Amino acid sequence: MKPLLISGLSLVSALGDGLDATWNALREGRSALAPCEFEELPIDAWVGEVQGLDTRLPADFSVFDCRNNRLAERALAADGFEQKVARAIATYGAQRVGLFTGTSTSGILTTERAYQTGALPDDFAYAETHNTYALGRFMRARLGLAGPSFTLSTACAATAKLFAVASRMIEAGLCDAAVIGGADSFCGTTLFGFHALGVMAQGPCRPFDAARNGISIGEAAGFALLERASEAPEPGALLLLGTGESSDAYHMSSPDPEGTGAAFAMRQALADAKLTPEEIDYINLHGTATLVGDAAEDKAVTNLFGPATPRSSAKGFTGHTLGAAGMVGAAVAAIAIRHGLLPGSPHTERLDPAFASGHVLAGRHAAVRHVMCNAFGFGGVNCSFILGRNAP
Amino acid sequence: MKLFLDAVGLRGPGLDGWEASAPILAGNAPYLPASTAIPPAALLPPNERRRAPQTVKLALAVGAEAFASAGIAPSDCAAVFASSGGDGETIHGILATLAGPVRELSPTRFHNSVHNVAAGYWSIATGAKTPATSLCAHDGSLAAGLLEAGAQALAGGIVAMVAYDLPYPEPLASARHIGAAFGVTLLLSSVVSTRSLARLEIELCAPGDYACVTPELEALRRDIPAARVLPLLEALARREETAVMLEYLEDLALTVRVVPL
Repeated sequence: MKPLLISGLSLVSALGDGLDATWNALREGRSALAPCEFEELPIDAWVGEVQGLDTRLPADFSVFDCRNNRLAERALAADGFEQKVARAIATYGAQRVGLFTGTSTSGILTTERAYQTGALPDDFAYAETHNTYALGRFMRARLGLAGPSFTLSTACAATAKLFAVASRMIEAGLCDAAVIGGADSFCGTTLFGFHALGVMAQGPCRPFDAARNGISIGEAAGFALLERASEAPEPGALLLLGTGESSDAYHMSSPDPEGTGAAFAMRQALADAKLTPEEIDYINLHGTATLVGDAAEDKAVTNLFGPATPRSSAKGFTGHTLGAAGMVGAAVAAIAIRHGLLPGSPHTERLDPAFASGHVLAGRHAAVRHVMCNAFGFGGVNCSFILGRNAP
Repeated sequence: MKLFLDAVGLRGPGLDGWEASAPILAGNAPYLPASTAIPPAALLPPNERRRAPQTVKLALAVGAEAFASAGIAPSDCAAVFASSGGDGETIHGILATLAGPVRELSPTRFHNSVHNVAAGYWSIATGAKTPATSLCAHDGSLAAGLLEAGAQALAGGIVAMVAYDLPYPEPLASARHIGAAFGVTLLLSSVVSTRSLARLEIELCAPGDYACVTPELEALRRDIPAARVLPLLEALARREETAVMLEYLEDLALTVRVVPL
């Protein structure tokens, strides 16, 4: 692909609001996971909850008010993202800026509450809160965008795939710039759903640990602004270099233990970026800390990159933020590149001896130019993308 | 976007496959109302067939029809699934359980609740390790699917765009009306072939007149988000070069110039 300039990037997770708050936690090795205190969903599990989501949306947007959209709103305020979108609109025109959002939960928590009262209230706003496109509808109105838009919902690979969507949409000439990103927030559907699958960790999740026993769910929202890069991007500019997508064709909720589909997505991303495995300095793994998932990913990564390439999962910091995991990956990649940091993996005490040696458990500094990010999800959907720094 | 349409799959009320429906869409045969016939998901292994919800059966049926008529293997092609709301029966079942005294969900129901449920079963059914995606733009989901599938086809290969919707059960049905089950598949390519039925020139435009020629089809178009494709299918069946407009967002629509080949 032709590299795209990432001219804006924001993240809100349990680690805090913005990339600086995220960076501080990553370099200090400080996990945000804690026992669940989300009162309406009592569940014996550790989670990464975003605090302060009790504030309603501004009056002009009250019809969109729900936890998921409030979280998205927070990510517009972080990292000056809203101002960057305003600049893109001034440059290209509102119709020429695409908006491609991703979520798995949308605002279903609102519908869960309504069902508990026995009937949907008269002012139940299906299109603005429950529907999968509620997030896109809200963001498009909130940001004043008038270009093509949809919400992509491929479970835990939703926002990761948006990097591929944006590059194709810009290449096809349907827009000149794209706002991508999304939000996933707590709801009974996911908390009790993963509990039913028996994949919730006792205590905090421990990716790639010999004693890992499942996931911790987290909340997050994040956005990126992508534009065509100039012929000679500024030295140090953050670029999207390549994307790869595939399907496992194996099982709805369990990954292919051979990691064949995952490997296919990673190879595609490398080919798309015209990079060799040796040119990747750090891999931000999907690594949700399930027994099978981590083993399959380790196998796929090691087959492709060998054992040594530094790698870690951010799930021990933020929890598994489901559809928003791609934006957490993008933010971690940007921080790794900008600050020369290989993030560790809090709560991972003893690496599974079956796994390769490249896993970074305690964060350390190193020069990082190219980062691959992985995100996999239900339905056997796989996505990898590569961010990089333009050479000085 | 300049694309070629290689095959169509179609299931809707009184519309039983593309072959049988083309004369109705062309205005050469009367439209006879009937409920949507959704065939069993023959493509799926028995375990998955048992677990698959109705939305998946509908999406698989129209997907399989298009590939069979084109005579190509689904395993070589990417697929884009567009649905205005995922599987309503499954979502309702989860919501009802969560509102009850014991909040224990069925694992199968949980994995069937993801919006990309049809994409997941499709890849299992066809063995396709190619990319499959799933998207939504409420009433504009069909047009959004066409944009994404078109952009993918321009990047290379044949891409299946599968749009489908089923009515919600109550109480969600009162908050979100979807008239009937409707599914459509368009196989898109950036290169012409002996299979090509038409050339499509797709552009974003301001909203205008979306209406179908046949009043009964116009009623379906208004009643079901996935049926927003019907003006395009009418143009295709009539085999006359024409431009149609497809509904997308409140301030944005698609024009599609259909050039039969």
